[in-house]
Amino acid sequence: MTTATEPIRRYGGEAGERRMGSYQEYGRYSRRYTDRATRTGGTDVERRSRGLGWFSIGLGLAQIGAPRTLARLIGIRDDDETRNTMFAIGLREITSGIGILSQPRSAGWVWTRVGGDLMDLALLGKAMRSEENERGRLAAATAAVAGVTVLDFMTGQQLSKHGNGAGTRYEGGRAAGSGQRSERGIHVTQAITINRPRNEVYGFWQNFENLPRFMAHLESVQVLDGNRSRWKAKAPAGATVEWEAETIEDRPNELIAWRSLPDATVPNSGSVRFKDAPGNRGTEVLVELTYEPPGGKVGALIAKLFGEEPEQQVKGDLRRFKQVMETGEIVHSDASIHRGLHPAQPPEDLSDVELLGSRGGSEGATRS
Amino acid sequence: MKAVCWMGKRNIQVEDVPDPKILNSHDAIVKITSTAICGSDLHLVNGFVPTMERGDILGHEFMGEVVEVGRSVRNLKVGDRVVVPFPISCGACLACTAGMFSLCENSNPNAWIAEKLLGHSPAGIFGYSHMLGGFAGGQAEYVRVPFADVGPLKVPEGLTDEQVLFLTDILPTGYMGAEMCDIEPGDVVAVWGAGPVGQFAIASAKLLGAERIIAIDRFQYRLDMARERAGAADIINYEEVNVQDALLELTGGRGPDRCIDAVGMEAHGHGVTYAYDRVKQALMLESDRPLALREAILACRRGGTVSVIGVYGGFVDKFPMGAILNKSLTLRAGQCHVHRYMRPLLERIQQGEIDPTFVITHRLPLDQAPKGYDMFLNKEDSCEKVVLKVA
Repeated sequence: MTTATEPIRRYGGEAGERRMGSYQEYGRYSRRYTDRATRTGGTDVERRSRGLGWFSIGLGLAQIGAPRTLARLIGIRDDDETRNTMFAIGLREITSGIGILSQPRSAGWVWTRVGGDLMDLALLGKAMRSEENERGRLAAATAAVAGVTVLDFMTGQQLSKHGNGAGTRYEGGRAAGSGQRSERGIHVTQAITINRPRNEVYGFWQNFENLPRFMAHLESVQVLDGNRSRWKAKAPAGATVEWEAETIEDRPNELIAWRSLPDATVPNSGSVRFKDAPGNRGTEVLVELTYEPPGGKVGALIAKLFGEEPEQQVKGDLRRFKQVMETGEIVHSDASIHRGLHPAQPPEDLSDVELLGSRGGSEGATRS
Repeated sequence: MKAVCWMGKRNIQVEDVPDPKILNSHDAIVKITSTAICGSDLHLVNGFVPTMERGDILGHEFMGEVVEVGRSVRNLKVGDRVVVPFPISCGACLACTAGMFSLCENSNPNAWIAEKLLGHSPAGIFGYSHMLGGFAGGQAEYVRVPFADVGPLKVPEGLTDEQVLFLTDILPTGYMGAEMCDIEPGDVVAVWGAGPVGQFAIASAKLLGAERIIAIDRFQYRLDMARERAGAADIINYEEVNVQDALLELTGGRGPDRCIDAVGMEAHGHGVTYAYDRVKQALMLESDRPLALREAILACRRGGTVSVIGVYGGFVDKFPMGAILNKSLTLRAGQCHVHRYMRPLLERIQQGEIDPTFVITHRLPLDQAPKGYDMFLNKEDSCEKVVLKVA
């Protein structure tokens, strides 16, 4: 853990205790990985969705394991055809259940349940017409399935509306490789290993003016004086967002932390930590970023800037950082130099494409 | 320039496209003299590799003459005659420095797509989908070659294009398939697939000291080539005999010591499992049909090795994990780390230990590429390998 006894240069003073990016918060990068990112209950909808998942699996197992009992329960004649149908439906239920529980985006799987419900209702309707079945029990079963259908439908709709992204299932979005949007803002943590010595990797980042070379959304960073810098980021539709930031901690070859000054349109903070990878595997770089987009129009623009997956964008930035450190430049392909989809064919004219520095790849960028 | 383009599933055309340009300082532009159609190109043609775009230039087996170099290129100069490995490798990342060139960590600008499917991205590959970089391929008059100091190998005087062209992919791929088997004296090696890669796997297993090699395919002309040219002692036509029975009979009931899958995701077969895989693949419930791989795992001797060089892209169904565990099998796989095999294999070619030209059955000019694709796909006219001549 970071302690006050370590020889560190600290910037920012009291301001550090005041804002969301308080100094203590930067201590999190040295947290143990064992206690990070516990999977939590998530929202009510997600809890209900998981409940439906388990329900699916339970029902499926019952249908496969005890088809006769179940057939009697819902009032259907117990014969080979029923048992086969039960088996098939059971498999479907288990598939839906596993899908809902294991897929980060469970909305699609919940919709498979809705499809299954409609199928079941049709089968029950057919069974109703047969004299050999107990209509009373069938009616009860039909009512139960209809109820479940409504629940499935509502859950599916809510999950679809909320995007049901992978990151939303982690509290704090603090796991490496995750990103999250919450009321407190967007948090992203990403890690990469770079096959260069630690002092070199640190040295490149320490000069903030290098950042736009690999951070796709940054237009420029200007170092103003000792610990202050002016950042300019590209926003959608040719707009730009500017703010000033201060370096609040700089431990050579170990860590750099910064945050925007109080008047920034988009309060943000970040830290990057450098560590020797074991066995001469280079340098591990761990980045944590927090953005607090304001409400309203600007906020919407910022949200769009980060697309659906802010972690993807930071991941792309780090990948480009690695390319610059290891090969000296950002690697282009005939397709990657274009924004959006383009066939793998050479460009007609180089002036048509945005080559270079940081502007080559469109990874994680919002495509409108 | 003219280039062979993927215009959709089962739709290959020669198009007029812009000439390649230097995009990175380590690039070279190569004027192609010879290029070949690879069996793995057929997976693209058949639409089994995701993230293809209409207009993508195909081709990852090519050679030619350097006509332009970027400002950082040191090892090549204009006029050099080179063969170019199919994986694009930076030479600087951990994977490259460890000799795992097909796992280059920097050469795929679209790594994020591959990561979604595979967890981590492999190297970028010429003309092989956007998931693997969106690089224009070399079935064209010219091609841009990134990291030109790392990949291209200068061809010594006195060797023809056809003698060295397959150093780009299929010869090293077949060789790596045999090398991953760690062949010991007395080993019987079974090779599924007698396409060009299978032929070179057979020839390489022989070079590496296999006792006896068994080739498995359904086309008699390919099996004949395996026996007469590559060095297989026995052949099994799976449309005529049961492969498991035949292998047990040929190996005294032990099963082959080493099994090489040179087939990949579009395996053929028959019976219920073949129908099952075709249906699942058609419904997008599995991306790859692993019939050859399942068969290799089941046939393999207890404690043996299964080496996979056929291309798989995504997910397979009914994978016999139980056999792998309970028979203590070693499963090895990989896209070929071409760079590390080029020079040693070039030496073997120069010393006459292997003549890779034996697989070539058809030579066509570049503008007849669509015809070449059709012949190769439909196995017309005993087609084994099509070389396209440019210039």
